[in-house]
Amino acid sequence: MILVSKTPLVEIENIEMRFGGGGGFLSSAQPVVKALNGVSININKGDAFCLVGESGCGKSTLARTVIGLNPPSAGQIKYNGQRIDGLKTKERQPFTKKMQMIFQNPYASLNPRMTVYQTLEEPLRIHHPNMNRTEIRAKVEDVMLSVGNDPTWGERYPHEFSGGQRQRISIARALMLDPEFIVADEPISALDVSIQAQVLNVMMDAQKDRDLTYLFITHDLSVVEHFGSRVAVMYLGTVCELADTNDLFATPRHPYTQALLSAIPKIDGSGVGHVKMTGEVPTAMDLPSGCVFHPRCPYANDRCRKEVPVLQDNGDTKTACFAVEEGRM
Amino acid sequence: MALLEVNKLEVQFPLGRKTLQAIHGISFALEEGERLGIVGESGAGKSVAAFSILNLLSKPGRISAGEVVFEGQVISEFSRAQMRHIRGNRISMIFQDPMMTLNPVLTIGTQMSECLKTHRNISNSEAREISISKLRDVMIPSPENRMDSYPHELSGGMRQRVVIAIALLSDPSIIIADEPTTALDVTIQAEIMALMLELCKNNNVGLVLITHDLAVVSQVTERIIVMYAGRIVEEGLTHDVITNPKHPYTRGLIKALPQENLPGTRLNQIRGSMPALDAIPAGCSFNPRCDFADGECHKDVPALVGSETHRAACVHIDRIPAFQNAGDAK
Repeated sequence: MILVSKTPLVEIENIEMRFGGGGGFLSSAQPVVKALNGVSININKGDAFCLVGESGCGKSTLARTVIGLNPPSAGQIKYNGQRIDGLKTKERQPFTKKMQMIFQNPYASLNPRMTVYQTLEEPLRIHHPNMNRTEIRAKVEDVMLSVGNDPTWGERYPHEFSGGQRQRISIARALMLDPEFIVADEPISALDVSIQAQVLNVMMDAQKDRDLTYLFITHDLSVVEHFGSRVAVMYLGTVCELADTNDLFATPRHPYTQALLSAIPKIDGSGVGHVKMTGEVPTAMDLPSGCVFHPRCPYANDRCRKEVPVLQDNGDTKTACFAVEEGRM
Repeated sequence: MALLEVNKLEVQFPLGRKTLQAIHGISFALEEGERLGIVGESGAGKSVAAFSILNLLSKPGRISAGEVVFEGQVISEFSRAQMRHIRGNRISMIFQDPMMTLNPVLTIGTQMSECLKTHRNISNSEAREISISKLRDVMIPSPENRMDSYPHELSGGMRQRVVIAIALLSDPSIIIADEPTTALDVTIQAEIMALMLELCKNNNVGLVLITHDLAVVSQVTERIIVMYAGRIVEEGLTHDVITNPKHPYTRGLIKALPQENLPGTRLNQIRGSMPALDAIPAGCSFNPRCDFADGECHKDVPALVGSETHRAACVHIDRIPAFQNAGDAK
């Protein structure tokens, strides 16, 4: 087991993210998409923190906000106690070295015109201008070997590799600067089952060898159960349940978490699961009043339709649900 | 005689000087009302197999040998005109992405009536009535209003329901579904799968379900075929194949699933990846990735051995230790 210390490495406080808006004088007014509505999460050192939810719940937006690709509309992000949202590129540089990202689609995230070696040496040239050629070459080979790649691949281009090999190259790129914190946005969703296992193994090995902290975004709950140490379940831009992985899978408390778990297809031949939920995710342009989950929730009452629930401690887990609070379930 | 029979089918893609062979002689049959799953990773040839049933292979792909027999007729030799009476009428197809399947500039009602009137000589009002009843069958709320909606006005799950309704329009005897829920969220996926299962059972429609997801296939189908590099490596009753897989590839696939491993441990991975079509190894095409491979595996392509209800194409089938499922491991 990996020891998880209780000092937060990344603190996400009340993050809000809105897209669109504007227009109005000569152009028609644009609708506002409320992608994140006050998300607060602490990621401790050594965590494999997973974000799960259906498409459109804001999990990728949160990941991009944490790594600095989208500045948040409101709220704070702290890394090791220092605020990092809204920093200028130069001021950010020491942090970019420690925080790296792995993207979903390895066919799109590698530059097709750069050889694997060029892709991997680029971060070193930027952040360690003093390193000489032999040092760079040694480092690249070292990292390639550590993710199970053949170092002689360096002179080849991304199109010459299969999906799994490419994803291992992107992992190598993220590891080049010896980061402490890696954000991985659906890193295995585009891959085949047998390759998913290979890539997950590489990521777990890297965590053990390098003492990494992960923020792992996925929609696949069986991967979370296997890989994660803590989980945040997101729905329409809010966190509805926050728990240790074991607790969440043993006793899901929030009605949405229960519905999600009931929908995982199981291979034991138990038949198609009965999903405890109806309807589909509403659009983030027109959020429901009160608890955003109430139109699909079997336990919703008048209070849920009016008031917005906040995350509250509830034994080992945190849930944002009035039905749980009032013991109505 | 089975409703649908595929006999020693081979599919080739001639590309300039070289010819790629995507399917190497596969045979299977589907009885009336039976649900069959075809499983495999990308490049295994499962979609090509399904497309060739309806002769929908894109150029330059062609059936180079073998035949497809439906209701006693060799449909793989049908002309285009003859094939039109089969497609969408006796055998329907559902594709992965409903946004690609539906025409974005026509209303749902227009698309449904169009399909009906192609195959049957009926009036507009009759076509509308049948369409509405089919939309009701797939649990679309207020189907009368939905008839006048355009595809972009519906959510992903609703669109896939419409596609299923269109597939059911002329009461086909077989539906071929190519990854019908892969583009959808898990909760919607479960609903759509349950719906398809119920509709096939109630209307006695045969289903050919193509997917990479072993869990989905284990829930819906009665029989499965596992494909690897253009060949069937294992086939049998779904329960038997899932609980006691015989071929090292099927075992590897099941053991690689996170739910089959203890949380936090390394996953059982299959090394390497599926070979490209122009580099399929001699003998058993799985041999470079297989833990049990030896000299014998490099010689001949293994034949399927075993009983009618469960067989696998592996020469070492008797030598491989008994399968341990997740229950034993945990």
